[in-house]
Amino acid sequence: MKYLDEYRDRKTSRLLVEQIRRLATRPWVLMDVCGGQTHSLVRYGIEQELTGTVEMIHGPGCPVCVTSTELIDFAVALSQRPQTIVASFGDMIRVSGSGNSLLQARSRGGKLKIVYSPVDAVELARKNPELEVVFFAVGFETTAPATALAVFHADALGLSNFSLVAAHVRVLPAMETIMEMPDNRVQGFLAAGHVCSITGYEIYKPFVAKYQVPVVVTGFEPIDLLEGILRSVTMLEDSQVVVENCYGRGVQRMGNLFAQSLIDRVYETEDRDWRGFGKIAGGGYRLRSQYAGFDACKKFTGMFPQDSIAATECRGADVMSGRIRPKQCPAFGTTCTPESPLGAPMVSSEGACAAYHRFDSFAIEIR
Amino acid sequence: MCLGIPGQVVRWINRDATFAKAEVQFAGVCREVHMACVPEAEIGQYVIVHAGIAICLVDEDEAAKTLAVYKLLESFAEGSDEVPR
Amino acid sequence: MKTSMTPAMNCPASVSQSDTVMLAHGEGGRLMRRLILERIAWRFGAGDVQFHSDAACLGKLAGDVALTTDSYVVSPLFFPGGDIGTLAVHGTVNDLAMSGARPLFLTLSLILEEGLPLAMLDQVIESVAATAKACGVKIVAGDTKVVPHGAADGMFINTTGVGVYEFHQRMSAANIHPGDSLIISGPIARHGLAVLAARESIALSPSPRSDSAPLHRVAAELLETLGADLRTMRDATRGGVAAVLHEWAEESGHAMWVDGNCLPILPESRGVCELLGLDPLFVANEGTFVAAVAPHHVNQALAILQSHLTIGCPASIGCVRHRELSPVLISRGLGADQPLDEPPVAMLPRIC
Repeated sequence: MKYLDEYRDRKTSRLLVEQIRRLATRPWVLMDVCGGQTHSLVRYGIEQELTGTVEMIHGPGCPVCVTSTELIDFAVALSQRPQTIVASFGDMIRVSGSGNSLLQARSRGGKLKIVYSPVDAVELARKNPELEVVFFAVGFETTAPATALAVFHADALGLSNFSLVAAHVRVLPAMETIMEMPDNRVQGFLAAGHVCSITGYEIYKPFVAKYQVPVVVTGFEPIDLLEGILRSVTMLEDSQVVVENCYGRGVQRMGNLFAQSLIDRVYETEDRDWRGFGKIAGGGYRLRSQYAGFDACKKFTGMFPQDSIAATECRGADVMSGRIRPKQCPAFGTTCTPESPLGAPMVSSEGACAAYHRFDSFAIEIR
Repeated sequence: MCLGIPGQVVRWINRDATFAKAEVQFAGVCREVHMACVPEAEIGQYVIVHAGIAICLVDEDEAAKTLAVYKLLESFAEGSDEVPR
Repeated sequence: MKTSMTPAMNCPASVSQSDTVMLAHGEGGRLMRRLILERIAWRFGAGDVQFHSDAACLGKLAGDVALTTDSYVVSPLFFPGGDIGTLAVHGTVNDLAMSGARPLFLTLSLILEEGLPLAMLDQVIESVAATAKACGVKIVAGDTKVVPHGAADGMFINTTGVGVYEFHQRMSAANIHPGDSLIISGPIARHGLAVLAARESIALSPSPRSDSAPLHRVAAELLETLGADLRTMRDATRGGVAAVLHEWAEESGHAMWVDGNCLPILPESRGVCELLGLDPLFVANEGTFVAAVAPHHVNQALAILQSHLTIGCPASIGCVRHRELSPVLISRGLGADQPLDEPPVAMLPRIC
């Protein structure tokens, strides 16, 4: 496939690895913010190749993983409400709240529809006027325009049986949270390419200036990632602290202004509870008051769970910020496993804890 | 996070502001994609698609530039004794 | 059930005119006999289905007998490239074929949900009959039950298959040795994508088509030509190619190594997998299988596969190695071997 296959070339990848190895005079610690990048780093064996040269810390960039137990519990409760169907993305429905996941709730009579696009959920509502369709809107800035568009469509169609649980999270506040942590080890960031497709990368300038940490906008294919790592290492070796764009084919300086305006018209920022991190200031989007009619949290206030339990044992934030290794968490492999995860990094198969758990069963000690 | 796949715009279905849609091809398969965020896309151009909506145009000049650098890198390395697998 | 019959069900005229399956169709009376005779039995050719006795007489069989059984539940019942009827025949025929047996007879057991349109039942039965005929197997016994609305998803089918072993070899992962080659019969991931796209209404054009197909003829030729150099074979159904490799690794105690760049996949399947974030190795197939063969027979095996399969592009995808740590390894991208996971619980489109 054009614009994918060229960036998976083995020969070029190996050359880039060699360059990174030659350039690094000491081991550097970089954070890949995005779960998609983590996926590729693991899948293509890039992390292994760079052992001893660059340590990759897999950041909190999986919106599904950081969705609070409270919001998942709310969606689960809604799926069990009569004449109500909860629609969401395939990756969201496997994650448990303080009790069940949506998938488990379905086996107990909950109604669930997996959609590829949020706009498909609007279509579902239009075709089934007797049902209330609630879209569980997870995702970073990349996904927010799609759900905002769904709200516009529902509004234009005059639907009263469509609403959404706005669980969107924002990347930059999470990066700030990590930099604010005591004994933070991150020396450079690979910024998430597709988030930047929407937001652009000017927004990182104040961040870079404040925390004196380089940020390289990076894509998702092996060559993209290696190029991002190479640029980061080059900057670190030269004590340069700037924002650079290594994903030029998908990211413009100012991002997609139209997509940003979609977000702005529908959402406003709010403080948000991130699973494993706690409250992050400005860490999420909620629907603006003029779209309150589409806000499931307002429409079904009474069903909002009062007793959601956040796992206190989980040290996910310490893992995701690189302060401890997964095995140093007391819950790892005991009360927290891929089958019943407590926190974000065990939830997704690419999460740091899940990856460790998988490798550990073959008795490999990976970095 | 944020699976985004490049696809080629094959046909505009409609160009209304909010409801804009186009048929976009991914390898051998086509799907209708919401185009509200990339109204300027022309047939034959590539867009990156996430959750059913196009989030940006692929900057083909930038892509070509990067690829040219890789080609140079490769030709540079040829003749050297390292053997890429 | 019998005590709660509605008045409508007591009126034979209204029931017989119904265009959907009703509980009364499973009650054992005249309606049931008519349903079986008029809608099911006649399609399987006179004399094949022996409805007037409780068991079919298969006569003497030449060779060791193979027996297998499988149940088919698929939603939706119809999808591009097949339906639950083709699956119920191909699946059981392929189970026999992959074990090295020649399929001869099938049973057909139907569990129908009350309310299933009779036209749909007809279509499935027609498809079972046509598929069995094309495979050269006979449907020799059957059963029909009706369950209340909500107790099944339209229709479930169970087929049991009987075959005979015409060759000495028995297919088993215990025959696999380090150094053997792993071969795949054709492009992967077609069935799972077809069903997923149909079930979740993911509009794609062209719609992904299932690879549902019988494998007994190609399996027989491989057996005949390769002899003991054909170690074992298995159709890569649920859990896809990854599931087969994990099973073989466990059963043989060796490691299965796959070159991720050698996996045959159609461009349309590739596009769908990229778009939905699925790994084709985990996606189900219904007419594609993995074989382990002695390395010097790879080309011959590939030529046989090529001559039999309409879609083509069989490929050598890897080899068997001594087990160190991971049971299944894959090389992608940079070339370093990665452990390949076991198939996930559910294949679902993802955004992350």
